[in-house]
Amino acid sequence: MKELFILVVVTVFTLVTYYLVEPFAHSQMHKHVESEGFTYKDLPALTKKGDATRGKDLVMGAGACAGCHSIEVAGLPAPMDPVTAAQSYGVNPPDLSNAGVVFDAKFLAALIKNPAHALMLEHKYNEKSGKSYPMPQFYGAGGDMDQEVADMVAYLQSIAVPQEKLTPNMAFETACGRCHAVHYPYALDGEIHAPWTQIGEKPTFKHKQDELAFETKVLDYQDALTKYLGTLPPDLSMYIRSRGEHYIKTFMEDPQAYLKGTAMPRVGVTAEAADKVIEHLENVGDSKRHKREEIGKYVMIYIIIFAIFAILWKKEVWRDLH
Amino acid sequence: MAHFTKATSLHDWLNQRLGIDTLNRVLATEYWIPKNINFLWAMGMILAITFGLLLISGIFLLMYYQPNIDLAFDSVNYTIMQEVGYGWLWRHVHGVAASVVFLIIYIHMFTGIYYGSYKKGREMIWISGMLLFVAFSAEAFSGYMLPWGQMSYWAGMVITNLFSMGGLHLDGLVEWIRGDYVPAQAFLNRFFMLHVLLIPLAIIGLIGLHFGALRIPHVNNQDGEEIDFDAEAKKYLAGDKANSKVIRFMNDFLAKDMMVVGIFLILFFYLVFYHYDFAMDPVNFDPANGLKTPTHIYPEWYFLWSYEILRPFSTNVGLIAFAFAQVIFFLLPFLDRSPNAVPASRRGLFKYWFWAMLIDMIILTAMGKVPPEGIFSAIGFYAAITFIGLWIALPFITKFEKKV
Repeated sequence: MKELFILVVVTVFTLVTYYLVEPFAHSQMHKHVESEGFTYKDLPALTKKGDATRGKDLVMGAGACAGCHSIEVAGLPAPMDPVTAAQSYGVNPPDLSNAGVVFDAKFLAALIKNPAHALMLEHKYNEKSGKSYPMPQFYGAGGDMDQEVADMVAYLQSIAVPQEKLTPNMAFETACGRCHAVHYPYALDGEIHAPWTQIGEKPTFKHKQDELAFETKVLDYQDALTKYLGTLPPDLSMYIRSRGEHYIKTFMEDPQAYLKGTAMPRVGVTAEAADKVIEHLENVGDSKRHKREEIGKYVMIYIIIFAIFAILWKKEVWRDLH
Repeated sequence: MAHFTKATSLHDWLNQRLGIDTLNRVLATEYWIPKNINFLWAMGMILAITFGLLLISGIFLLMYYQPNIDLAFDSVNYTIMQEVGYGWLWRHVHGVAASVVFLIIYIHMFTGIYYGSYKKGREMIWISGMLLFVAFSAEAFSGYMLPWGQMSYWAGMVITNLFSMGGLHLDGLVEWIRGDYVPAQAFLNRFFMLHVLLIPLAIIGLIGLHFGALRIPHVNNQDGEEIDFDAEAKKYLAGDKANSKVIRFMNDFLAKDMMVVGIFLILFFYLVFYHYDFAMDPVNFDPANGLKTPTHIYPEWYFLWSYEILRPFSTNVGLIAFAFAQVIFFLLPFLDRSPNAVPASRRGLFKYWFWAMLIDMIILTAMGKVPPEGIFSAIGFYAAITFIGLWIALPFITKFEKKV
């Protein structure tokens, strides 16, 4: 009984200390931002039903998207290579092949109408600063603008891969990959992927010269990006451990909530795509998580059996001692 | 030269040369431990086992770790955590054990304080134990530098800065310790050496001293009763085990130790697999960057109480208070003037001193982590003053303690 009492005392003091230095201290140090579940409540809902065929004409024609964006699934190549694009616009405009599945429809519509507003970058691009966001606003193609925007969104959704085919690396590359590098290789479906740079996966080179040429391109791209954003966005290799899922998700949802004035735009992904991005970061920074859980189970079973035997041994040895 | 006969067995062969029967008797079967003990007496064994886990996991990590400022971070977070088979397991075991070992050290220390196990001939046990505490602290700090993350770098910066001694401005000393103006390659290399060689050697030596120091005064018991170990051992050997006040180290004491170790390991491995973040600070998963100071710099939890004694004061006063906190525990056997070597519950004012000290150190620990602002600053300041005050009061309150 006395030992049980001592155990309770030790446990209580340990848990109090744990509570104070972990959950309590962290609640005092870090701002808690609640997720809105990627609903983008501040953006207006789509009122019109889009038509993909009309949308295609707009995207390729009057919408002028293809002037800057590639759409590889539609056979439309990029007008410029990534480095030149970044030197012209600050960042390489994304390929739109999977924009319709990665980004939220409301967000896409708002982005087409007013990019700086949808991206939450109005603190940077406004009348006072005299700067305008590199992507121009869409002022309509002569008809009902809401209808036209809905049509373009419908087209982007129609060409994107279906939700279930969106892989973690596709989501990451479309949503984050033009600003953030990830310098750890990773495995996906049994295939090893090379480190990710802002201009794509690093290829394997036969000649050192070619490798250096590629690295020079990456540096040129990063220089342009740094000039555009004020700082080079961090490599995300270990972000799943350094920031964790909650922080990354809420940061993608609203970067300004954590870092007022940051140049990082709202990403505008759907909840499902956000999960894929997280999965990608886990594949890169915490690839042994499944193994950890599996081995953990067996070790716990082993150690509990060990403890039972240890208790039985003690009882046996101490039988004569009392 | 001793006389050797033809061995009748391998055991006999070894026994003639190494005296293994005598060793076994002296170190295990006739090493007498009091029977009147509780599970807190198993903390030493838990510490030995945890040190073993640290040593073994450390050896595996050492095979892949690169002590180079450009490679260290990735060698830990990619090579060890993701490429090497079970490297993640060794790292989590190492990281969690490094944190848990301090929890057990603190329990072990406060057990010693509560039961008065530093008095009446047991002073060297206490002092060697405190030396181990210092060595473990240095080991933990040097190990924390190795992943070369943001917290490694900035903790290295802050702690080595302490050696400028505030107003004395011994900047040359700081540079000498770092081998550079800031923590860099030379710094990482020497802390790597300290972590994997010099300090572990010191720890192993000190463990030997700590065990040796136990031999003559014997292990204390939970009522502070003075036991005639020879007489009680005779009783035990005569077969009256039930009435003897002592037990054999092996198997009697060991069986109880292993029971507690078994239960401890359940907790330990639960932490290793499912709850490791407390021991592996997320900030340290950002690579070291000398141009980007983290918003909050704090040491691992086990250093927080002494960090908080440093923090609430002005630089020079803080350093003096900090130095005071580092050495004062060594003096406990001499500051406690009471003739009683019994549990704190039977020791008048000391009982309150004990609980006040424990609670004060927990408050200091908590305040050492939160930002030093507003109410936290004030609480930290008063807790630090209380800490110093309690130590100053100790000789006085124990001097007038009645003999029990």
